[in-house]
Amino acid sequence: MTRKELVVSALENGTVLDHIPAENVYKALDLLDLKGIGNQITIGINLNSKAQGRKGIIKVEDKFFEDEELNKLALIAPQATVNIIRDFKVVEKKKLSMPKEVIGIAKCRNPKCVTNHQPIQTRFATVEKDNRISLLCHFCEKSTEIKHAL
Amino acid sequence: MSKKSLISIRDFTKEEILHVLETAKEFEKNKEQKFLEGKVIASLFFEPSTRTRLSFETAINRLGAKVIGFSDATNTSQSKGETLKDTIIMVSNYVDMIVMRHPLEGSSRYASEVATVPVVNAGDGANQHPSQTLLDLYSILQTQGTLEGLTINMVGDLKYGRTTHSLLQAMSHFNPKFIFTAPEELKMPQEYKDFLDSKGIEYIETTSLDEHLNDCDILYMTRVQQERFTDPMEYERVKDVYRLEASMLSGVRENMKILHPLPRVTEIDQDVDDNPHAYYFKQAENGLYVRMAIISYLLGYR
Ligand SMILES: [Zn+2]
Repeated sequence: MTRKELVVSALENGTVLDHIPAENVYKALDLLDLKGIGNQITIGINLNSKAQGRKGIIKVEDKFFEDEELNKLALIAPQATVNIIRDFKVVEKKKLSMPKEVIGIAKCRNPKCVTNHQPIQTRFATVEKDNRISLLCHFCEKSTEIKHAL
Repeated sequence: MSKKSLISIRDFTKEEILHVLETAKEFEKNKEQKFLEGKVIASLFFEPSTRTRLSFETAINRLGAKVIGFSDATNTSQSKGETLKDTIIMVSNYVDMIVMRHPLEGSSRYASEVATVPVVNAGDGANQHPSQTLLDLYSILQTQGTLEGLTINMVGDLKYGRTTHSLLQAMSHFNPKFIFTAPEELKMPQEYKDFLDSKGIEYIETTSLDEHLNDCDILYMTRVQQERFTDPMEYERVKDVYRLEASMLSGVRENMKILHPLPRVTEIDQDVDDNPHAYYFKQAENGLYVRMAIISYLLGYR
């Protein structure tokens, strides 16, 4: 058993979110609503990764996400992998897919957008162009780059 | 019929656009068609726009419906902190349709989702103003006899000018060619050029008004609007960049017409007004027939 596998397997039951860009780990905690929950969470930042240089990892004990929830992670970590752990073993690996719509979690960058002045849940369509993701506001029809919206 | 609103010109299919323009022709022939007698329509102008409001309210009156509403938001409950949602739901309970103008972008889309009656967007900030686009299309149709295969020369502020962006989107149904005449600072944004590329529609860009004046069927002039600029120096540099005068029109196509969403400032000289190519005052009048047609269509009467 390699050292890396040991790190991942240290969870008895739960979900391991791996290959998150190191700088987006805190955003990932926000997106997945992990800040308030009582589960045991282990966070690794700036771990060495062959593919990514420096990566982040989040391990959540006794937590199994719906796909819809997990896919939000694709907005900031499209390369992330998801391992489902039961009884110390990886029982399932999941790939993320980009959500078509982003509801409630992002902010429109247009200062004149109605969502920045009224209590309105934001709503965006995701647009992929040249490997960059931007969010098109359902209301003001302006697009916001993902790094400015989350 | 399920509730249908008009918020963005993209809410209408090509068929719906053509249908509304055909209906507008009927209203131009016969302005007295009071088949909306007994209906009440709200005209909610959260920011003042006398020109647009009078056109809509005249359209409502010509159709026999009654108007309620306000012409600016200073003394409304909104100024006391009521949410837009509450205002729209409350008004929805009284009326058969809402026409609204609001300075915030996306406000009309939002209103159409909380209202129980159709909403017509009469301008949401710099975003959309679809009745303007439809009256532009109507003016093109009436002067050229067709919308198909025309060359449209858009002049002036193509960067911030929402009328040119919406007109470009709407005309894309009809196999057009575009000439974009603008100073470097006010060029057509890349996203709209990408849109044309994706549809295989040709366009040329120039900074000279003279260069393609003789090659177009429609000359769509726009005003450079100071309020859209964040940099006052940039505005000073470009505000008087083009000025169309009657003497420049000697070589233009016989069918060429000059359109302008009005108000104009210096971009069209007064001496053009009596020229047979000038159409902008008639264009403004057309707004009445087009708005009658929009209201009738959304209420399911035409
Ligand atoms: Zn927005």
